[in-house]
Order: sequence, then structure tokens, then C-alpha cells
Amino acid sequence: MFSKTLHISTSPHIRQGMSTDMIMRNVVYAMMPLVIFAVVSFGLNALLVIITAVASSVLTEHALCRWSGKSSTVSDWSAVITGILLGLTLPPIFPLWMTFLGGVVSIAIGKFVFGGLGSNAFNPALVGRAFLQAAFPVAITTWHPSFLEGRFYSISKSVAAFPFSTPVVDGISGATPLSAFKFDKVTADTADLAFGFISGSSGETSAVLIILGGIYLAVRKMMNWRIPVAILTTVFVLSGILYLIDNQTYPSPQFMLFSGGLMLGAVFMATDMVGSPITSRGVVIYGAFIGLIVVVIRIWGGLPEGVMYAILLGNALTPHIDNLIRPRVYGTKKTKS
Amino acid sequence: MLKNGSKGEKNSTDTVLNLQSHTFRHGVHPPENKEETNKLPIRQFPFSPLIILPMQQHIGAPSRIIVKEGQEVVRGQLLAEANGYMSVPVHAPVSGKIRKIAKVPVISGQMTEGIYIETFHFSGQEVIEGAPIAFDKANPEQILKGIQDAGIVGLGGAAFPTHVKLKIPEGKVCDHLIINGIECEPYLTTDHRVMLEQANDIYTGIRYLIKATGAKEVIIGIEGNKQDAADHLSKLIPADLPVRVQVVPVKYPQGAEKMLITSLLGKEVPSGGLPIDVKAVVVNVATTAEIGRLLPHGQGIQERVITITGPGVKKKGNYLIPVGTPLRYVLEQVGAAENISEVYMGGPMMGVAVSNLDISIVKGTSGIVVFGEDNIPKTEKIFPCIKCGACVDACPISLNPSKLGILAKSEGYDTMAEEFHLMDCFECGSCSFVCPSNIPLVQYFRLSKGIIRKRNAEKTAKANV
Repeated sequence: MFSKTLHISTSPHIRQGMSTDMIMRNVVYAMMPLVIFAVVSFGLNALLVIITAVASSVLTEHALCRWSGKSSTVSDWSAVITGILLGLTLPPIFPLWMTFLGGVVSIAIGKFVFGGLGSNAFNPALVGRAFLQAAFPVAITTWHPSFLEGRFYSISKSVAAFPFSTPVVDGISGATPLSAFKFDKVTADTADLAFGFISGSSGETSAVLIILGGIYLAVRKMMNWRIPVAILTTVFVLSGILYLIDNQTYPSPQFMLFSGGLMLGAVFMATDMVGSPITSRGVVIYGAFIGLIVVVIRIWGGLPEGVMYAILLGNALTPHIDNLIRPRVYGTKKTKS
Repeated sequence: MLKNGSKGEKNSTDTVLNLQSHTFRHGVHPPENKEETNKLPIRQFPFSPLIILPMQQHIGAPSRIIVKEGQEVVRGQLLAEANGYMSVPVHAPVSGKIRKIAKVPVISGQMTEGIYIETFHFSGQEVIEGAPIAFDKANPEQILKGIQDAGIVGLGGAAFPTHVKLKIPEGKVCDHLIINGIECEPYLTTDHRVMLEQANDIYTGIRYLIKATGAKEVIIGIEGNKQDAADHLSKLIPADLPVRVQVVPVKYPQGAEKMLITSLLGKEVPSGGLPIDVKAVVVNVATTAEIGRLLPHGQGIQERVITITGPGVKKKGNYLIPVGTPLRYVLEQVGAAENISEVYMGGPMMGVAVSNLDISIVKGTSGIVVFGEDNIPKTEKIFPCIKCGACVDACPISLNPSKLGILAKSEGYDTMAEEFHLMDCFECGSCSFVCPSNIPLVQYFRLSKGIIRKRNAEKTAKANV
């Protein structure tokens, strides 16, 4: 009897059942409505940009793993997230060859050189986007109006531009609400901002869908809700104070919250577990810091938008926050060891 | 005046907080899986034709054998005596004949000194009586001696000699005697049934324990999923004993001494310290019942209550099983499936996986959980740490398992111990349980602690030369 060899393991012998690839997959699910809305509002161009970004991220990850003699880590879904996020943060008519390059940089420089998943100091998608912003400042600020006629069957010349040729800028282009405010002091309607009937990067326009995706992840305990709450609260309070001081010079706090990439960044990028602090107290400091930098760049900086740099700076601060904020260990007197 | 007033106020809020919380920081909620056995009364298990009795069933020195091969022994007879203070004796679990004295397999995979006994088939298996110890006449020293002579160790699973634990060090006092009826391990219902069926033994045991420790109050801590046991014990509290039953919310690892003290008293045992540093002594409820049952008759441990459960077992239940019963015999009797593939001694959170069915039941075995081939979870893939913080939010003593795990991989043992308090880890496994990347964190910590202890011992040895 009992002839089988017994399977042995070290305790605990049971697991809660959450797994890293499951978390990553669910982040992808949570972003799908944004992808769909991007395609609905910006048409075929946005779809091509997002597909290119995902393909280039996944291919780069696979190729680098193979090249370094490791088994491919594509199945953990993190490269897919990086690709989607990169695609969502680019203008809908961004040239595809540049998009592809962005995906390569995201994975290779943003992730792989640090040691792959879990070791990257910065959000890989933002590293890629920062590269694109530095390399192609004109293309990345060439916006496109949403809900144009014929967007489902025409491809912009800019999108299909030949590599290293001067990008063809289409006749029709539209300013984002943030740049309109920054340079012309024109504010957009809050409802339009919230529901996404505006111009902007493919995935940043619908605040409502972003918030719904965030709630989904927070309820499934796959995202630390304290991070977006801390960022958004900080932005709201700081810009609210400024608005109360002078409502002619400074934008309203609701405009600040719903415009630009703040929602997308706060919910899907700043919450990247690898780049954010590990303790509950730490993430609040991290979120408040990001919120502060966003307000500073948007209001006093030279750029209309500062979410990307704010999150990258927040990522850089994370190890220091984790070093400083350590919960008091049971039975010991004080935090500092 | 004002200062005094505010101070008084602060103290009273503290008390209120303590009374309301009755829990500890962090922790996890594994599925309980207790409903299949918690209604099943304790039943006597058949006597195995062969008993295999290791001499090392407790923490400390192995017992010293005093019988010879071929000798006939009576159930309850002393077979091996305590080898020093940090040791306990072993008694005959059955009446029978000593077949041989040789090495026996134990769960660690090693072979240790032991005794093989052939059980007499037609014996009535009556237990012989020894010199009784009366709780009203004996002094604390005599009670501790009686507990050692009865071979009693912590039956919750640790198997630490109870008389050593109960010895109050010079200059310390014990105010609170805590009876641990938490049983936070999933699947196990041993303590639950003992509380429902052995209330008299528990209260007799408490009388001995009060006498031995000088405790002023006794708290029986029980988790909310055993309300029936709490109600039952509350009803039967003897009028002359300072006992109260405290029900606390269900949370793993509340059965750990330090966590239970925090839940019940609102105090923290200092790092590196013992419960007595906060004037408390914690004793498992089944151990208490055993003291209450054995000492009035001067007997020693021959058997213990064990929950046998899990999807791989047909006749699940709570059984009174003689110590030394071979695991293979136990599984045959309870109708374990032929294709069983995982067997744990203890619960699934802290229990040990069995690699060899020829080991036997020992005093510290609180449960046997069996899984069939179909119930095995696939070998799960280990991902890199993504710093999600789940382990940080699970650790009951607020360590940073994520950081410790990374340090362990780079062999940063000194940093782990000095800067990140590794030595405070009591290996409850909550971090590994929640880790989405399936990193075997607690296993890293076990190994790291072993290496650090070894290094420290070498350092001390060098310093002494």
C-alpha cells in the first residue's frame, strides 16, 4: 500500500492563490477599456500605435532573454503592460517607427539593463516615453483632434512615415487642453475632460474609464489604492489653494485633476509595484511627492505636462523612502535600527 | 494636578483600546477547512501490532533507555528516563514485548535511537498507576517534577518540555497564565475537541499550573470559530478559580505565543525575550488537559489526540492515538487513498511534509493532513519579487520579508540579522502564503537563521579559545 513516492515541500504547504502573472494579466484587463476608447475616439491610427508598442515591447523582451541565454519571460505579461502603457501615452498619430523604437528603449533600457522584472528602478514605459520626448520633441507634441470623420478607415501620413524621414505633419491638428491653457489660457469643460471628448495622448483622455479600471484593480487587491488617492489629493489641494489665491492665473483644481496624463499616470503608472515604496506609509509620501511635482511643473515649469517626470522622480525617490520608513518591529522600541 | 489627570486619562484609553481590539497587527486568513472534523468526537484508535518509539520526541536531550530487548512491559511503564533537566521520560504506550532497541526513522529524515514494541493482542491495555501528585498538597517544585516525570511536552506541536517552560526564573513573576486554545492552523480540530470533551481535565490542569507558576489570573484564549468550546468552558469555570474565557477574532498566526499575548494582554514580548518578561506564561490547552489527567494518577503520556483529515482520507476524525503508532498503520486504518501524494504532520501552514511513512506518531503530532494526487497544486513558477508589499502587510511582527528575501539571495546574512531583525522571525509562513511570486521566503529565512546561528557559535568558540 501507498507505493507512490511522496511529494515533499517546505511549509507553508498552502498558498493564497494570487500570482504575479495573474496580477499583470488583470492590469491588462483593466486597461482594455482605455484601449477600446482610444480606438473609438482616435480611430485606426491609435490602434496601430498601440499594437506597434506592444509588439515591440514583447519582441524586445523575448529577444533579450534569448540573447542572454535565459528562458523567455514574456509569459509574465509585464512586457505587454509596458507596451500598452507606452502606446496609451503617445499622441494618436505618432509615427510607427518611432513607437517601435520607444518600445525597444522601454524594455531594453528601462527594464532589462536593471535586471528585468522586479529590478527596474523606473517605470519602463515612462523611460521609453522620456526617450521619445527627448528624441522627437515635435512628433510627440503633435496632437490630433478626437472623433474625426473617417478615422476608422484612414491612416495618417504621419503614422506611416518612413523611418528617419522628416515626419509629415497632417493639416489637422488639435491642442490638448493643458497646452491650450498653458499657452492661451483657455480652459476646457470638466465634463468633456472626464469623459474624454478632448484631444490628448491615446489613453489619457477618458478619466472615467481610467478610474473604473483603477477601482477594478483596487477591489481585487492588485493595486495599492493609496498611491492614486495620495497623488490626486495632493494635486487637488495644492492647485485648489493656488486657485483660491488667484483664479485668473491658475487653473481650477478640477481642471488640473482631469486634464493631461494625470489620471492615467496616477492610476496605472505610479502604481507600478516595482517602482513604488513597499509600506503603506511610504506610498503616501511617494504619492504626495508626485502630486507636488506635477503641480510645480504644470504651473511654473516650461512644459504643459509634468506627470511623466513627476513619476520618474517618484520612482527615484522610492528606495530612499523604503530606507527611511520602516515599520517598528514587534517587541522593539523604535523604527530606526 | 493637570498632568496627573491627563496621565490617568491616557491609561484609561489604553485599557479601552486593549479591550476592544483583542488582536495583533497584520496576519493572514487561510481557508479554515475545519468543518469536516470539528463536530466529530474523539475516538480511541486501534492499537498497532508494532509500536516504534523514538527517544527524541521533544526539544532537548534524548531520553535514556532503561529497558532491555525481550523484556515485557506494561502500558504506562517507564521505558526511558529524562536525560537531564532539558529532557523528559518516555512511557510504554502499549502493553507488549520489547522486540529490539535500534535506530528508528523520524520526520527529519534521520535515524535516532528508539524502541520497537510488539503489542500484546489480548491485553486489556490498562494503564498502571504511579505516585499521585495532589495539587492542593504539592509545592511548585513537586508539580514541575511531576510534569517532567509524566513526560509532558508542548502538545501544540513545538514539543518543548513543559516543566522547563513553567519554571519562573529568579526575579520574575507570573501574573497571567494564558491557556492557548487558539488552534489557528487550518484543518486541525484537536484542541477544539479537547476543549469540548475534556473540560474537567483542563480545569484540574489549570489548578496545577496556578500552583506551579503563582499566576494571579488565567485567561483561556479561543478563536471565534470555536464559540461552542468557549461557551462550554465558560459554563464550567470552577467558582474558586480566577479564570476567564476570551474569544478573539480568527486570524493566523494567533496561536503563536507572542501574538496571543498581544491579543489578550495588549502587550508585546520584547525582541529576544520570553513571555515571562511581560509576566505571562502560555500553555497549550491540550497540554493543560494532559497535566490534569495524568498528575492525579502519577501516570505518563501514552497517547494523544490527533486530527486526521484532508482530501486523501476517508475516515476523517479526531483520534486518541498511542504515541509510537507507525504512520503507515494510521493511514491504513483511516482508509487513505492508494495514490496519496502529500502527507503533513501538523497543519498546512507550519507542519512538516512527510517523506517516509515508516515514521511514527510522536508527542508533538497535533494533526495529519493527507492530500491525494488530484489535490496537489501544480509546481508553481517562481517569479522575481515585484515589491508588491503583500508580505510586509502579512508579517505579524512587521518585518520586511521582501527585503530579507533579496538579502538572503545575495547572502547578506549580517545585514539581515542586524538591520532587519531576522532573528525575531518565528517562521509562521504568512509571507510565503501571500507571495504572488511564490518565493519560498520563510524557507530562505530558516536557512539564513541556521547559518547565522552557526556563525555566531563559531565566533563565540573562537573568542573562548
